[in-house]
Amino acid sequence: MQRSDLIALIGLLAFALFPAVAWAGDLLWAVDLASRMLIYGLAALALNLILGYGGLVSFGHAAFVGAGAYVVGILSFHSFMGGSLLGLPGTTSGFLAFPLAILVSGALALAIGALSLKTSGLYFIMITLAFAQMIYYLFISLPDYGGEDGMSLWERSDFGPLDIGNDVVFFYLCLVLVLGFTLLKRRLVGARFGWTLMGLRDNPRRMQALGTSGFRYQLAAFALSGAVAGLAGALLANQTEFVSPSFLSWHLSGELLVIVILGGIGTLYGPIAGAVAFLLLEFLLKEVTEHWQLFLGPILILVVLYARRGLWGLVEGRKGD
Amino acid sequence: MSLLLIFEQLLNGLQFGVMLFLIAAGLTLVLGIMNMVNLAHGSLYMVSAFVCAWVSLQTGSFLLGLVAALPATALVGILVELLVLRRLYDRDHLDQVLATFGLILFFNEGVKIVFGARPLRLDLPGWLSGAVEILPGAPYPAFRLAIIAVGLLVGLFLFWLVTKTRLGMLIRAGASNREMVQALGVDIAKLYTLVFGLGAVLAALGGVMAGPIYAVEVGMGEPILIMVFVVIVIGGIGSIRGAFVGALLVGFTFMLCRAFLPGLFGLFLDPAGAAAVGGALASMAIYILMAGVLIARPRGLFPAQG
Repeated sequence: MQRSDLIALIGLLAFALFPAVAWAGDLLWAVDLASRMLIYGLAALALNLILGYGGLVSFGHAAFVGAGAYVVGILSFHSFMGGSLLGLPGTTSGFLAFPLAILVSGALALAIGALSLKTSGLYFIMITLAFAQMIYYLFISLPDYGGEDGMSLWERSDFGPLDIGNDVVFFYLCLVLVLGFTLLKRRLVGARFGWTLMGLRDNPRRMQALGTSGFRYQLAAFALSGAVAGLAGALLANQTEFVSPSFLSWHLSGELLVIVILGGIGTLYGPIAGAVAFLLLEFLLKEVTEHWQLFLGPILILVVLYARRGLWGLVEGRKGD
Repeated sequence: MSLLLIFEQLLNGLQFGVMLFLIAAGLTLVLGIMNMVNLAHGSLYMVSAFVCAWVSLQTGSFLLGLVAALPATALVGILVELLVLRRLYDRDHLDQVLATFGLILFFNEGVKIVFGARPLRLDLPGWLSGAVEILPGAPYPAFRLAIIAVGLLVGLFLFWLVTKTRLGMLIRAGASNREMVQALGVDIAKLYTLVFGLGAVLAALGGVMAGPIYAVEVGMGEPILIMVFVVIVIGGIGSIRGAFVGALLVGFTFMLCRAFLPGLFGLFLDPAGAAAVGGALASMAIYILMAGVLIARPRGLFPAQG
């Protein structure tokens, strides 16, 4: 464990110093890419809480990312265009929009989780996908908010003195949020809550015999995971300055799964490594060839076949946890 | 709204359901017996549609396209099974999802390179492109009728295969208890390859049927794949009967909602808005159907695994 913490710390340092390096190397555009990595990393960290520690394969996490993004988008839309949603006036304030995004996604995850957790295994994969698809088509059917085309944000959320319209400031906001959630997750996983989740993953019957109501713990984890995915969505809307149903599509759900598995499922820092690797790979392959997917596909297959615990498994070395 | 219109939409639902069934039948067997999530099943469907369209364009004959597409797709399917999927059978679902997601990316890009990025047109021969008057005053496209007929025939054949033959017995036994079948001395690897080949041919048939109706384009496999998963989950994994019932349920729900919801919303929305809302809600309807089924019966309508 200590070795992986050390490497994670080095990674954090590298991220923290990145804007300075980018500035020195005249690569400021790369800060935007790095922000994106952090945002995908945050969403993957959230997914890993239920996927890695809870053994619950959600194929619908895009629903929560998208919901968070749309909260920011819709509030911003009403603040410029007037009108209101359910009596709620629009606002561009991030101090209001971000907590609301977390709240809405969390509540959505609570509802979807309560219904989905009745099933298990493959059926759970499919029912979470079904709910995400419902939300996807719901937003496509709302022409006021851009329908299929989505809508642009006029400007990034307003955080008072903190101007996140500046890419570097935005980058540090993402970094702080990722760091915050990583520390929270670290505590959670080490606490009774995390052990209960892992127990339910490995031997649900025994946990039941021990008198644990698995449903409550799994639902709490699912809701928390959804809420943090919503936060990632709010950030994503700000990073792209755009909201569209593609944030809700099953492609994003699939990418998040890929990132978690690529990074190392059930590892604390793996999802960040996965997000960095995935987006970097995508970026580099796109630079080299327009047929980048022809290479990304087989690389994913090779990772599955030969690096069973993902990239972080390689970092941690042979010693398991 | 006339009865004829409802009748026509029912036929459309049947046609769509039958097509979904062809693709779902192979996938549900692979899932049920090998316990293998194969996202690349939709890619086989796409490859088949492309091969059929290309050969038809070159030779001017749809039948030649059909004849070329089935074995070509089966070959691709078996190659994929031997090279990649075989190593994934004893992995968990997550690994299978990731690896076959990789296969989707590979196939989408590969097809783009081989056949070009532009959608291909798949023209029907004269004897299939006309309309048949099924009821007085109600013409219906001959090709869609042909799909319904072929689909039902294949369905009957599969039903016979699964319930009356020795191979079918092994397939059913494999779906309900894989270890036991293996312990009884059945060569499970051979059974797997056989079932996988069968599934590939069925997906290929679905692709050939879809080609003339929908666009033959890169990425056409994914939307249909998701629908097919919905079908399988509604029906219960590993069950041919479940796949059939599920496919028809999904087919009818989708087509009827798509035809009539916009009209319903037109009562209180402007036409353009009603079309958009109705269309999206029709797509939503099948997921609502699936969620409802799963909440009521968490293992689908006809669970195969005991």
